[in-house]
Amino acid sequence: MQITLNGEKKSLDDGTHLSQLIEQLGIEGKRIAIELNREIIPKSEHASYEIKDGDTIEIVHAIGGG
Amino acid sequence: MNNDPLIIAGKAYHSRLLTGSGKYRDLDQTRDATQASGAEIVTVAIRRTNIGQNPDEPNLLDVLPPDKYTLLPNTAGCYTAEDAIRTCRLARELLDGHDLVKLEVLGDEKTLFPDVTATLEAAKILVKDGFKVMVYTNDDPIIAKRLEDIGCVAVMPLAAPIGSGLGIRNPYNILTIVENAHVPILVDAGVGTASDAAIAMELGCDGILMNTAIAAAQDPVLMASAMKKAVEAGREAFLAGRMPRKRYASASSPIDGTFF
Repeated sequence: MQITLNGEKKSLDDGTHLSQLIEQLGIEGKRIAIELNREIIPKSEHASYEIKDGDTIEIVHAIGGG
Repeated sequence: MNNDPLIIAGKAYHSRLLTGSGKYRDLDQTRDATQASGAEIVTVAIRRTNIGQNPDEPNLLDVLPPDKYTLLPNTAGCYTAEDAIRTCRLARELLDGHDLVKLEVLGDEKTLFPDVTATLEAAKILVKDGFKVMVYTNDDPIIAKRLEDIGCVAVMPLAAPIGSGLGIRNPYNILTIVENAHVPILVDAGVGTASDAAIAMELGCDGILMNTAIAAAQDPVLMASAMKKAVEAGREAFLAGRMPRKRYASASSPIDGTFF
């Protein structure tokens, strides 16, 4: 399936869960927040949330800013 | 000055200097300057994670641990109420329910002045949604009061454009805002050097939030230390109450007892 991750197209295996995507990206355990189709998916739901074809995902973190 | 805390949303802070974490050379400098400033509240920005880059790259929160600092996520770069609200909600998720945020909705890239109508709209929604909103605004006393009435926990007028270092351009408006307020008033943006910070505090501001004045100094760590002292000195001078201004001289030594 195809998703849009942080503004870029990405192919994923069907049935991938959000927590599996986080592991594939090597950012498990990092302080991040995830928005899926403009809805925030709380950390507690990452493991159970199955990504669907066409989903738009934003993964954000904190950086320096004033 | 241990008996003079800054209270924001019911929490007491010793330092009246709040700092940003942007524009530093690297994270070591961010950490060192933040420590030297004595700041307890530090702003951070929320941005996309770099996908595919080295996952072991150092993280801002490693040098600004949330158990040591009160992190203040900002909505910098947002030009609509919707984007600002979205950013605050992501920040709350990111920081495990932490609900103190710095709201800024910008109107224009050249001035970075706030879009006050969008700021008012976003503030209403965020307060209703349970956020504790510290809000960046212009130096308009009427709007500052509206933002307080909406329920913002602190109102933060600019002293000059963000990153300009032009100093306190409109001290009388800042003074009016301070006199009207029942929530902390912090100057946010425009401070260029230590004397600017002292002037803002002498006007009675409850604190100052700055980033560029420290980060863009030749020696940011030294400037952070200078700003800490300036904010403390300005606060003490405000509390002490300055002498009245007089046009002509007034001798400091007595006239009585002169032998010449």
